[in-house]
Amino acid sequence: MDYSVKVMDHFSNPRNMGSIENCDGVGEVGNAKCGDIMKIFLKVEDDRIVDVKFQTFGCGAAIASSSMATELIKGKTLKEAWQLSNKAVAEALDGLPPIKMHCSMLAEEAIHEAINDYLKKNGLEPWTE
Amino acid sequence: MFIHNCEGVSVTVENRTIYMDNSATTPVRKEVVEEMLPYLTENFGNPSSIYDPGKVSRRAVEEARKKVTNAIGAEENEIYFTSGGTESDNWALKGIAFANRSKGKHIITSSIEHHAILYACAWLEGEGFEVTYLPVDKYGMVSPDDLRNAIRDDTILISIMLANNEIGTIQPVEEIGKIAREKKIYFHTDAVQAIGHVPIDVQKMSIDLLSLSGHKFGGPKGCGALYIRKGTKIESLLHGGAQERKRRAGTENVPAIVGLGKAIELAIEELEEENKTLLEMRERLIEGLLKIPRTHLNGHPTKRLANNVNVTFEYIEGESLLLLLNAKGIFASTGSACNSTALEPSHVLTACGVPHEIVHGSLRLSLGRMNTPEDVDRVLEVLPEIVQKLRNMSPLTPQEYRKF
Repeated sequence: MDYSVKVMDHFSNPRNMGSIENCDGVGEVGNAKCGDIMKIFLKVEDDRIVDVKFQTFGCGAAIASSSMATELIKGKTLKEAWQLSNKAVAEALDGLPPIKMHCSMLAEEAIHEAINDYLKKNGLEPWTE
Repeated sequence: MFIHNCEGVSVTVENRTIYMDNSATTPVRKEVVEEMLPYLTENFGNPSSIYDPGKVSRRAVEEARKKVTNAIGAEENEIYFTSGGTESDNWALKGIAFANRSKGKHIITSSIEHHAILYACAWLEGEGFEVTYLPVDKYGMVSPDDLRNAIRDDTILISIMLANNEIGTIQPVEEIGKIAREKKIYFHTDAVQAIGHVPIDVQKMSIDLLSLSGHKFGGPKGCGALYIRKGTKIESLLHGGAQERKRRAGTENVPAIVGLGKAIELAIEELEEENKTLLEMRERLIEGLLKIPRTHLNGHPTKRLANNVNVTFEYIEGESLLLLLNAKGIFASTGSACNSTALEPSHVLTACGVPHEIVHGSLRLSLGRMNTPEDVDRVLEVLPEIVQKLRNMSPLTPQEYRKF
């Protein structure tokens, strides 16, 4: 398994690792049985993600994907964050081994979950598309 | 050792690296290399050739065969050289199955065998054979009673490994052999991990076929052997030339065979002394690792290979553990799905009943003759920090086990 230098960097020095107390939205995807769980915490002000943290149980690619995804959505509007694709996360990491692409998928899904959690908490319709 | 740092520049991370994956493979010993070298250059003759250089090679191969024969208490003409453990396992299973199919189509094995056994069995099932996979207890031990109950009138082969490659559990092979002998069923054992660690006597253990592999005990890769008891009805796997008494075709890998012979001779000579050293290191490692909270030992506490340590750390995943260890110059192995190409967690740990939720957090440290007590100190110093780092990252970790 060959990881890119960027994957190894984000894995070894993960950005935005941790949790946010009184966060505005939280999303958790994956399960321990499969070997990866990703949890994303959002702090939202005026439709903008002002802070984001993650916790991940999983392999190097899963941890690196979480770290990169949080970097990519920090400071973005909810709409912009929603549009972040798993492909974009993988590309930002200079690619992932094919067998590890599902790890970037988890990042996209966790962000969607967290945004919808925020929307629901604020009495808004969750997004589907 | 050199690895890439974050900027992609090669940097020295540690002065000394620690290789603790000796169940995966071992370095070829210097004494072994020395014996092999002449057979790569000046003594290059084909053992099948009748002129003098051919005879030199022939003699070297037979000399090595004698060493393997002595190592396991076999008799003359019962050792066949192969390309390694996988070929030996495949040959034993397929060879016995097809040579004895008129007698029966039932094979008994265990659920914790190496893939070379399990996938060969699966293939045989596709060919019309029936296979019973015996369960194991939480220590990975096969029960002789289960074996007795699984035997049918049409059982032709029992294949149970001597010691497990992941958790090191040593099976009650002598008892299993007795049952097989009593029921007149062929008994094969995969001894790939056991050679050099467990004293083996094919007579005392009633073993009819035994697989071994050179690179697990200081020999070269690509060379192994199958012990076949005289009188055993077995088909060939590879057809062609008349090598290995017409049972395994292909020009002999003379340098590797010479190396395997030397390596097994040394391994048996040093077994007792070596095991003492390894056992001390193993026990210290296990004791130290179990001090990390929510850590569990896999495999049997005492009936295990002297070089095997296998633990599960809750809340974390094995591949990330290996990557962080690698960055510290420590090389080990895991049963996590994320570290396998099949994305399946270890079938051995699963068979032992390790819950799916924590099976991914396993770490195997397999010791070898290169390891020192200082290596053990270093691992025990580094591992708790790494486990903590990953636990701090994991959403599964309860608050009380987080530390910042």
